[in-house]
Amino acid sequence: MKEKLEQIRAEALKQIEASDALEKLNEVRVNFLGKKGELTAVMKSMKDVAPEDRPKFGQLVNETRSEIERVLEASVKKMERSAREAKLKKEVIDVTLPAKRNKVGHRHPNTIALEEVERIFTGMGYEVVEGPEVERDYYNFEALNIPADHPAKDEQDTFYISGDILLRTQTSSTQVHEMEKGRLPIRMIAPGRVFRSDEVDATHSPSFHQIEGLVIDKNITFADLKGTLAQFAKELFGEDTKVKFRPHHFPFTEPSAEMDVTCFKCGGAGCRFCKGEGWIEILGCGMVHPHVLEMSGIDPEQYTGFAFGVGLERIALLKYEIDDMRLLYENDIRFLKQF
Amino acid sequence: MNTALSWIKAYVPELACTDQEYMDAMTLSGTKVEGYRRLDRNLEKIVVGQIEKIEKHPDADKLIVCQVNIGSGVIQIVTGAPNVKEGDKIPVVLDGGRVAGGHDGGPLPEEGIPIKAGRLRGVESNGMMCSIEELGSDRNMYPEAPEMGIYVFQKDVEVGSDAVEALGMRDTVFEYEITSNRVDCYSVIGIAREAAATFRKPFCPPRVEVKENAEKVEDYISVEVQDEELCPRYCARVCTNIKIGPSPEWMQRRLAASGIRPINNLVDITNYVMEEYGQPMHAFDLDTIAGHKIIVRRAKDGDVFRTLDGQDRKLDSDVLMICDAEKEVGIAGIMGGENSMITDSVKTVLFEAATFNGANIRKSARRIGLRTDASGKFEKGLDPHNAEAAINRACQLIEELGCGEVVGGMVDACAGMKEPVVLPFEPDSYNRLLGTEVSKEEMLDIFKMIEVAYDPAKNTLTMPTFRQDLLRQCDIAEEVARFYGYDRIPTTLPRGEAVGRLSFKLRIERKARDIAEYCGFSQGMCYSFESPKVFDRLLLDADDPARAAITIANPLGEDFSIMRTLPLNGMLTSLATNYNRRNKEVRLYELGNIYIPKSLPLTELPDERMQFTLGMYGDCDFFTMKGVVEEFFDSIGMRKKAVYDPKAGKNFLHPGRQANILYEGVVLGYLGEVHPEVCDNYNLKTRAYVAVLDMPSVMPFATFDRKYEGIAKYPAVSRDISMVVPRDVMAGQIEAVIEQRGGKILENYQLFDIYEGDQIKEGFKSVAYSITFRAKDRTLEETDISGAMRKILNGLEGMGIELRS
Repeated sequence: MKEKLEQIRAEALKQIEASDALEKLNEVRVNFLGKKGELTAVMKSMKDVAPEDRPKFGQLVNETRSEIERVLEASVKKMERSAREAKLKKEVIDVTLPAKRNKVGHRHPNTIALEEVERIFTGMGYEVVEGPEVERDYYNFEALNIPADHPAKDEQDTFYISGDILLRTQTSSTQVHEMEKGRLPIRMIAPGRVFRSDEVDATHSPSFHQIEGLVIDKNITFADLKGTLAQFAKELFGEDTKVKFRPHHFPFTEPSAEMDVTCFKCGGAGCRFCKGEGWIEILGCGMVHPHVLEMSGIDPEQYTGFAFGVGLERIALLKYEIDDMRLLYENDIRFLKQF
Repeated sequence: MNTALSWIKAYVPELACTDQEYMDAMTLSGTKVEGYRRLDRNLEKIVVGQIEKIEKHPDADKLIVCQVNIGSGVIQIVTGAPNVKEGDKIPVVLDGGRVAGGHDGGPLPEEGIPIKAGRLRGVESNGMMCSIEELGSDRNMYPEAPEMGIYVFQKDVEVGSDAVEALGMRDTVFEYEITSNRVDCYSVIGIAREAAATFRKPFCPPRVEVKENAEKVEDYISVEVQDEELCPRYCARVCTNIKIGPSPEWMQRRLAASGIRPINNLVDITNYVMEEYGQPMHAFDLDTIAGHKIIVRRAKDGDVFRTLDGQDRKLDSDVLMICDAEKEVGIAGIMGGENSMITDSVKTVLFEAATFNGANIRKSARRIGLRTDASGKFEKGLDPHNAEAAINRACQLIEELGCGEVVGGMVDACAGMKEPVVLPFEPDSYNRLLGTEVSKEEMLDIFKMIEVAYDPAKNTLTMPTFRQDLLRQCDIAEEVARFYGYDRIPTTLPRGEAVGRLSFKLRIERKARDIAEYCGFSQGMCYSFESPKVFDRLLLDADDPARAAITIANPLGEDFSIMRTLPLNGMLTSLATNYNRRNKEVRLYELGNIYIPKSLPLTELPDERMQFTLGMYGDCDFFTMKGVVEEFFDSIGMRKKAVYDPKAGKNFLHPGRQANILYEGVVLGYLGEVHPEVCDNYNLKTRAYVAVLDMPSVMPFATFDRKYEGIAKYPAVSRDISMVVPRDVMAGQIEAVIEQRGGKILENYQLFDIYEGDQIKEGFKSVAYSITFRAKDRTLEETDISGAMRKILNGLEGMGIELRS
């Protein structure tokens, strides 16, 4: 019997060795280890073995079986590995082929700039509010200290509709609406569309956007105005940005100022971009005129505040180096895709 | 306003700084300098030379050879200029020097033109004699210069001395941008006062003393102001024995630098005083003034008046006129009349320096269509005190410059002047507003420089009358800030807590942008106004309510004359722009208002409705657009089923490919394929799809609240049904039945096949759905499913639908 087992073992290992596919190995398994396999047949012949020899014989059979199993298993693993390797080899792709993109659309540069500004100011605790684009004279002019005969009214080239209704020339009108609500303190920015009768060209548009800012509280100072806008400029144009405040005049603020920022192209050294000045004018601002507070029912003895107005297109054009304002309203996809 | 620095320095003699320092400091103290131009830019090695001898050039008919004394010696210069003669003193640029421009004028080269010794047709030439154009100027500024040829000094200048200096070109012209509140700074004196205060140097304005003759002005002229509101002050003085001639060179140079062409002594003096004092004046030939009387009154409606430029001007009763005893002689504050114009033969001059109502002058100038330097100053509202100062200064100059004699006295028709503004001195309140700690003493120093008078006894400040902008304490605070220095004010942040936020509306709009962009749409922006012709282009019916648009009274042409009531014109125009620029595959969206009037003409503010507009062409169809709408709804918590009603009634959309979008029975907008005729009207030669959502209608359904509903634990069961359906039954109708009848266990349904053709009888289509059932709390039994399916099938059979096996 021992010879028989040895023969089976040798034959099985030979066949495993000779197998070149998983199916063949499986055949080997069935032929030798299966229910009708040769080893099973040997096991069945146990009854012909003398009882005292049976344990030893059984042990011998099991050893043979486990050796065949072990070799078989190793062979299967090896074959599987090489099969996978072959598969992976066949599946090599050219990773430099074009990507399959979702073709996500692009946001308008004005909106990108606006969202930046909104992010900065909401972070500083400002509420974003809106006001009407078709507006009454009172809110656009009179309540902002620009009475009927004021020359500033001529300067702004207003579009009129009928009676006292016009297209707002500045988002400052939203200041008045907010102040009239009587909820103090106020920290708001009001972005929106404004209109002036300028012919369309590279730097003008009859419709453009402004962002108005207003803070009213007890003890608000010009120093707060400077600090707030300096912070804004740093966040918008970069940490190294410096600001300069120049006296100016607006009817609804006193004192008033214009703010310049260091040119973000040359950092203030002077270049073609800033016409050699090193500075770029960015916004107008000032302390809210006490008469403006009074007209909206706020006591200027108790409350002070500051206001500022930024041209959104101005920021977008400067920040993204767009050289012609008309591009913003043509909606050419080749332009929009760049943002 | 342009002014030579030398003129400012005449009144601030201690001013010493570079041009750049001056510009920066003035701008920081509130007198904004836009830029400056050095008159001696690129002028190097230019001296006064004297021509000693002129000979013909041996080989060129048009050239001459000059021996020129340049002080240090005599040099030979060859020139082609026709106008020089022996003895002339001329500017000479020496070898290695530089001039500003070419002899024919034109734009000046950035680096100027270097001059080197050389040979002209074989004859040595060691420099160049200069024309005024080569010196960077022109005959407007130097009227004595010849039209062609070399500038020849008319006055005695030292040979060998600096010719640039001799020409008054060692100077810089500054351009100021004066803010509208600072009327006083539209004058040399005003700017000089600011300069003195900025640099803390003494301010020395001209001393005005008029040498008068023994006559009395009342014997020459009387003045009657009939409308004191429009003319608060009218000053008149008379000068006799007028001798017209050129004004002195210094005056000509200053005027020229300001951009005013010198003409003659009388005109130049008037212009000079206008620049110096900011007070326009007018000079009449007294011999043309009938009755030697001036009457200031309103014109009559329909009057026509010929101004001194020879134009006939139509007047109305709001225009203020200067008249004599018989006729009108000038439009007050705007322009004099041809009938009283000064000529070279004038003997006696009547000077007028008046104060007119600024708003009236501004409106009159606009109505008449004639805006002059004078009206531009008057319309800002001048200080009546200034009229007297200016007229006296003019008379002083007439006498000093030998232009005539000044008759004694001034006729002053003055309705009384406003009291100066007096405010209590409150240093703490200024510091509180500014966030500074400026000392009381420093404030008082500042006030002294700007002529705000402090009365220590009353602790009050009195504003000078020329500062009509100083009315309240905040105005004083600004003066402190300006001269203390805006740059020295500290930077702080407002104290106190505040929470920033975006309104719900703005959050929804941000979501709309996100979804549109995820779906491949880029954001466009369109104008709010458009042409009334767009309604025809969009095929709107004659009585379509959208035609009721707000009209702009003063539009920039018809194309911008109405406020849009539909967002489509902008979208279709943008799509067409892209298409015609050969951009393939374009998807655009816009978030912008339309303007719906409540009634016309407008008496109330209109309804401004935010529209979310999507438009596209290329690889897409109706259902691509529908998908975007539903993605948007899903993203703002609108999880119920939107209903699409094909009876949208939009003329501008394909009649068979349009739908209103309804949510819970409310129309939120519409979508569809653009009508081919509309595409033609926009020159858009492809199929295009649009969707418009009315955001105010969408908002009430939107929410950012989300609730987790658990993930199903029990298995789902699906059943497929296939049916033959009359062609005009829509999928939406079948789905409505499935939804109504599927019961609580209905989880989902999915259209998976739709087919018309060979195997299906005429007028029918084959439709197949997969329906999924699931219960939250148990595994479904077969009876649950068959019960639900039976109900659905019964419902469908009622619609003429046959089930296929």
